[in-house]
Amino acid sequence: MKLSLRWLAEYVDLRLSPEELAHRLTMTGVEVEAIEEITGDWDHIVAGRVQALIPHPNADRLHLATVDVGAGEPFTVVCGAPNIAVGQIVAFAHEGARLVDARSGSLRVLKRSNIRGVESAGMVCSDRELGISDEHEGIKVLSAAVGVGTPLAAAIGDTIFDFSLTPNRPDLFSALGIAREVAALTAGSVREPERGHTAGELPPEEGVSVTIEAPDLCMRYVATLVRGVTVAPSPPWLQARIEASGSRPINNVVDITNYVMLEFGQPLHAFDFDKLRGGRIVVRRARANEGINLIDGSEHALCTDDLVIADAGDAVAVAGVMGDAFSEVSDDTGSVLLESATFNGPSIRRTAAALKLRTEASTRFEKGLTPELALEASRRATRLLVEICGGTAVGVIDAYPQPRNPASITLTHERLARVLGSELLPEQVVTPLEALGFTVDRLPDGYAVTAPYWRSDVRIADDVVEEVARIVGYDRLPSAPLQGAIPDPDPQPLRDTVTRVRDAFAAAGLVETINYSLVSVDAIASVQPPATITDHLPLAVRNPMSEERNVLRTTLRPGLLDSFATNRRRQRRAIALFEVGRVFHPRPDDLPHERTFALALLGGMEAKASVHKGNGFAAALDFFDAKAIAQSVAAALRLVFTYETAEDPALDTGRAARVLVDGSAIGCIGQVAPGVAARFGIEEPIYLIELDIDALTEVIAARGPLEFTPPSRFPAVVEDLAVLVDEAVPAADVERLIARSRLVERVELFDLYRGASVPAGKKSLAFSIDYRAPDRTLTDNDVAKARKGVVKQLERELGAAIRDA
Amino acid sequence: MEEHLYGDDTMSDTDLAAVERRALDELAAARDSAAAAAWRTRYLGKKGEVTQLLRGLGALPADRRKQAGQAANRLRALLQEAFDQRRALLEASSLASSAAIDVTLPARPRRQGHLHPITLTLREIERAFRDMGFAVVEGPQVEWDEYNFERLRIPADHPARDMWDTLWIDYERDGHYPMLLRTHTSPMQIRYIERRPPPIRVIVPGTCYRYEATDATHEWMLTQVEGLVIDEGISFAHLKGTLEAFVHRLFGPDVEARFRCDYFPFVEPGAEVAIRWRDRRWIELLGAGMVHPEILDAAGYDSERYTGFAFGIGVERTAMLRYGIDDIRYFYDNALGFLEQF
Repeated sequence: MKLSLRWLAEYVDLRLSPEELAHRLTMTGVEVEAIEEITGDWDHIVAGRVQALIPHPNADRLHLATVDVGAGEPFTVVCGAPNIAVGQIVAFAHEGARLVDARSGSLRVLKRSNIRGVESAGMVCSDRELGISDEHEGIKVLSAAVGVGTPLAAAIGDTIFDFSLTPNRPDLFSALGIAREVAALTAGSVREPERGHTAGELPPEEGVSVTIEAPDLCMRYVATLVRGVTVAPSPPWLQARIEASGSRPINNVVDITNYVMLEFGQPLHAFDFDKLRGGRIVVRRARANEGINLIDGSEHALCTDDLVIADAGDAVAVAGVMGDAFSEVSDDTGSVLLESATFNGPSIRRTAAALKLRTEASTRFEKGLTPELALEASRRATRLLVEICGGTAVGVIDAYPQPRNPASITLTHERLARVLGSELLPEQVVTPLEALGFTVDRLPDGYAVTAPYWRSDVRIADDVVEEVARIVGYDRLPSAPLQGAIPDPDPQPLRDTVTRVRDAFAAAGLVETINYSLVSVDAIASVQPPATITDHLPLAVRNPMSEERNVLRTTLRPGLLDSFATNRRRQRRAIALFEVGRVFHPRPDDLPHERTFALALLGGMEAKASVHKGNGFAAALDFFDAKAIAQSVAAALRLVFTYETAEDPALDTGRAARVLVDGSAIGCIGQVAPGVAARFGIEEPIYLIELDIDALTEVIAARGPLEFTPPSRFPAVVEDLAVLVDEAVPAADVERLIARSRLVERVELFDLYRGASVPAGKKSLAFSIDYRAPDRTLTDNDVAKARKGVVKQLERELGAAIRDA
Repeated sequence: MEEHLYGDDTMSDTDLAAVERRALDELAAARDSAAAAAWRTRYLGKKGEVTQLLRGLGALPADRRKQAGQAANRLRALLQEAFDQRRALLEASSLASSAAIDVTLPARPRRQGHLHPITLTLREIERAFRDMGFAVVEGPQVEWDEYNFERLRIPADHPARDMWDTLWIDYERDGHYPMLLRTHTSPMQIRYIERRPPPIRVIVPGTCYRYEATDATHEWMLTQVEGLVIDEGISFAHLKGTLEAFVHRLFGPDVEARFRCDYFPFVEPGAEVAIRWRDRRWIELLGAGMVHPEILDAAGYDSERYTGFAFGIGVERTAMLRYGIDDIRYFYDNALGFLEQF
């Protein structure tokens, strides 16, 4: 909300600089988001009165305006503005003034000029020429109250505060509301605007009635009949106020309702009384599908949740949102029925949202206004209607079925100290509250506090505590370190696994990414068969921001593949990325199952040459680089991963493995199927490691803490063993079998050989084996026996033959 | 020279000192074992200079022979000791087997891993609060309206809902859409007090979502750390003390924290904390407040007895300030040029 300080100053003395005031307000919760200065390079520009206006002798659209600027002879200048009129106070620029050129936007110095044969020694200026706004339709008309000859800076220079207000304080959406805060902060007092006019009860012979059929949605309805109004443009000061708040002046009646809303925060509506059938106001729920044509030209079909104002026949307004076109005040209106009502906030909010019509009125009503405010604002508007529109206030109908009693709130010293952690002196409590308009009575153990009528947000003792604290200033309240018992621990094994897996991937040289949780169905379909998606549809977002991100991911794969592809376009080096994050598996009529996965992708050419010879770097990253990373993760978790051939829709058949721990599958590893990679624009072989962190956490928990075995102090006997097996036999099977022998401490495959001296369909696997006993030095005989046992097993179980070295 | 030493019968202490100096200089210049061995042969070997010298003693007159013999033996022992030391040094260092290396050559190439700046920032935040006795737990990212809003005193059609533009899940029940992507980590306040009685001292890091257009300062996916402390005797002073400690821990002991009044429906009084950062401007960092008594009462805890405070920290904001990142979109763009800086 924007508010002019010039206007604000009418209600309260501004004793602080704008910057200091903005800071103080912000600290108390009334945030000033921006400060705008209305100012310009206004030397040689003064307020002048248009004395006379005659047509330009040589141009149809131009006038010759005679402008009185107070000192000396009036000036006659050429003016083309359609809105210029005799009697207006205007901004008159003398020669030498610097004005914004309406066409180029740059500053230029005004010179005496000859326009179509007439000498012009000055200029009547528009907003645009004054550098105030882009408005260039007509000249700037100043308030009639501005004295002729007043320098423009003194006449209209202003500072505008742009507030970012919180929804609990509807009272602040008004000049008066801000003025009350300023007064409380600066020990000032508020100059209340004149209500003055109190119309009596409306005489029955006027035949006007107000019926509230929905008292749950309308707490109060104040209807004031004003007859004999003359609808005309508002006086300039009023127009200026309306414009300063960002609206357009309409006519005096409508402008008054808007002005009082800006002043009090209470939205008002003026009906053309003669258009209200039967002179009746009925506040009721809309009939199903009841139609209405609103002032803004929109047509709506309402539902029975919507509250309307109706006359004897149809709805003439959507309550709290907008009036209809039929009963709108027009130039012919002679009698006005002024509505000032209190509606149920949520109801107004619901209707405004349904109609997609969030108006100045509805945004105030939805926050919950007090019934007292309706009467105050009504009296103020009535006075202005009489003063400005020349009307006569005939009377008021105040329908207020259940008048509320302002509640007294008890705030004890004990509660205040308990919440704030410090004692406050009585004057530190009473003074700010009273300055904010609260009434405060001292009790033996505290205070009895009643909120002023405009505050709908203060209901409980802690609300009062906040009022005191914010005016005292949070910065002046004490601060203390936490004390008391530290709660029992709350172990989070899943988080622990996540931390260890992240660290392990980073230590293995991978870069962590975080990808969006929302993807498209197409993206998921790129990594798994469409049939599996239709069986388990991902959760969809009802109001997605784009079709690219409209479902919750069920897999990390598409996101990380995208990140890989994006980075590949930016660089040629090897890329190794990972992510640890949640995926969302829908469950019927419940929140989705959120599971945590880790995914790594790697591919590309590793550092192709190095000054260091024999560094063992493969040219391109491959499956065994991926496996090395998986092994690092396993080591970091103190687990042993085993791998067995498996299939996966996104992985290349024959180059994919399931990863297991203690027989439980915990993930997979393999080369991404080239077709899948290609869908993401990746043309090179890339490799994937996927770990199910929930499953990993379970196997870690099942294992319990690590158990120590004393390292043997006796020497190992190291031997090589070359084994000839069928091609189809996995190396790990051979290794596992060798390791089964009690004396075998370590087995390491160091050579894989096919070719000369190895029969076709066979392969030779050479292992280095450490034999060791925990309790003695092994003899040659011990080792020979163990070796013999191993060989026998290999022959029997895997059909292996031993190759002589 | 050699001739002079053992061929001349006028050998003196001065001559021996010259030999010693020369031998030690040469030994120090031996950069590897081979050079050291050659030196040993040259001085102490069978035909070495000092050995020859000792052998030459016989030619001296008897009165000088004894004195010269002692001096030469001392030299021999001294050189032997120097050699032993030098050899040990050369063997200990790799200088023993190869030539000196250019230590400025690049390291053997090895991929360097990096954690995401959000992970790093979260860890720092977690550490700061763990040190103050906080537990760390997580909650669901897909939530019920009930937890994300209603039980936090933000009923349907409440204007405060505008503070969190929501992404709703397409799941209808009884004409309503009760499921959403959590807009903040605050629902875990409710879930946690349902789960555990006071005393509570917990933070909840996690991803949140908003229906929001993306620009340099706004992202629709964001990370928050919720905090909740409930116990007897917890006051606004503890809120201030705890969050000041957090600010000092993450941003430095001299960084000022400013508390001002703000509104969140689930706290009363409510606060916003800003810090005065490098360019001396105040930057909003987090929202906080005393847990609203109705929230405690609804959970079955006597709000006259128990009080508490809650806060929500923007992790991207924290990371941006700490690292000087000027555009929030970097975080989820995942460009290596960005990620590899952390």
